[in-house]
Amino acid sequence: MTPVDLEVEMRGVNKWYGRFHALRDITLDVRRGERIAICGPSGSGKSTLIRCLNGLEPHQSGTIRVAGHVVDEHPRRIQAARREIGIVFQHLHLFPHLTTLENCTLAPIRVRRLSPIDAEALAWHFLDRLNVADQARKYPAALSGGQQQRVALARALAMSPKVLVLDEPTSALDPGTTEDVLAMLRSLASEGRTVICVTHDRTFARNLADRIVMMDAGTMAESNLAMASSDR
Amino acid sequence: MASRASGPGRVAVSLIALAPAAYVGWRVARWALVDAGWGVIADRYRFILFGAYPIAEQWRPAIVCLLFAVPFGLTVARAKWSRGVVAAWIATETTAVLLMHGGFAGLPEVPHDVWGGLPLTLMLSTTSFTLAMPVAIVLAFGRRSPMPAVRALCSAWIELIRGIPLVALLFMASVLVPLCLPDTLVIDKAIRIVLTFAVGVAAYEAEVVGAGIDGVPAAQRDAAAALGLSPIQTAVQIVLPQAIGASMPATINTFMAYFKDTTLVMIVGFFDLLGAAHAAIADGRWAGYGVEVYVFTALIYGVLCHAIARGGARLERGADGVSA
Repeated sequence: MTPVDLEVEMRGVNKWYGRFHALRDITLDVRRGERIAICGPSGSGKSTLIRCLNGLEPHQSGTIRVAGHVVDEHPRRIQAARREIGIVFQHLHLFPHLTTLENCTLAPIRVRRLSPIDAEALAWHFLDRLNVADQARKYPAALSGGQQQRVALARALAMSPKVLVLDEPTSALDPGTTEDVLAMLRSLASEGRTVICVTHDRTFARNLADRIVMMDAGTMAESNLAMASSDR
Repeated sequence: MASRASGPGRVAVSLIALAPAAYVGWRVARWALVDAGWGVIADRYRFILFGAYPIAEQWRPAIVCLLFAVPFGLTVARAKWSRGVVAAWIATETTAVLLMHGGFAGLPEVPHDVWGGLPLTLMLSTTSFTLAMPVAIVLAFGRRSPMPAVRALCSAWIELIRGIPLVALLFMASVLVPLCLPDTLVIDKAIRIVLTFAVGVAAYEAEVVGAGIDGVPAAQRDAAAALGLSPIQTAVQIVLPQAIGASMPATINTFMAYFKDTTLVMIVGFFDLLGAAHAAIADGRWAGYGVEVYVFTALIYGVLCHAIARGGARLERGADGVSA
């Protein structure tokens, strides 16, 4: 039985790429509204973990549940899980042929079936909050790196996901912008959103998260950094 | 250009390079102004432009030619494909066929076998391209389908059509198809020819669009999937627009080639622009004035192809999604 307040549940998850064992017996629970950071060196399986979380990569054994939806090979169940997860990719992957506003309204219109008017209102709300409303009619190529990241965040938030996943949100930013992103994420998380942040930046992780888990060579361990963060 | 060439060396090189061109230009100009008999154009331009279309009704093909400037201008002005632009092309092509055909509102019906000249060239090339594009897109995605049967079928079709010369396809359409069909089912020859061109264009364009599809990064599909878009929504909303944009230079290339290849309809008894020019001097009165007629025709082709190239360049720049 799933306790109701568990937003993400991974039980004994294993993932192989051919003979390479990318995730080894991963077990992870994330409670609703919790902010966790996943730290670890490059190649430790952090990105694979979040790709498995919403079914972009199939896992070979174990179970994954997101907001109660089982993530397996079944397309409809994967769709249901994906609706609850908003991902901001490390390299953002904005749609270059759509304007900022269109980037943020496409999925709400096509997937959530919002009317274009409602979808735009929602997109404006997040673009405004993330200080990129003045970029709404521009194409991604015309935006700075920091602006692009805000748009990617707005695009994810416009789907009203229960879980927000961030892959290396600070990797492409200068220190000043990192502070900005941190403030933004803390304010978003304070509204009860579950946040999972993959990062190799431990300072950023400590400042953002309630709990830090460490990954290395495909295995996971709770870190004693968690103590440091909980009494901050 | 000349102002950039500074220093005696550069000037010398420019002069040496320009000398042959200047000589040829002078000879051509002398021929054009002194020797050429342009009377043939004045006498036969109607036939060259409109073929055997009845003289009294030639305002109709004339309007058709002008009409094509509308969607072309719209495409270039927008510098981006949209539903409206595509609709303008389809509307123009439909109007052109209706106006040429007549048989309504007091317009006498004009049989298809006397259609000819420039309107035929414009109609054949644009209509077959419009019909071919959706097929090309389906074939391109089909060739990349996760279903092996679909993949094999699309690949086989593309390779089959690309392996047959266009001339052979046209012969099949004009001779073989009527033989194979029952007598009760007669498809107009003009329609058969347009469909044949569409089939040929679709096979080549499928590979052009396919290259565009392959050029869209896999990460774009991931981003779309992560937002919950279905595979079909991803193909239509994310992959296709980027693929069309990326393949625009090659698509314009294909269109230009087919714009002139429509002249192959000559061998099945239609007179496009070049065919009409050829026929215009066949009556003996103007024998010996072939060069003038072909130069005139070449100028028309040259102007139109230049317009397509310039318009296409705008489309290529605008379609990459960077401009607003």
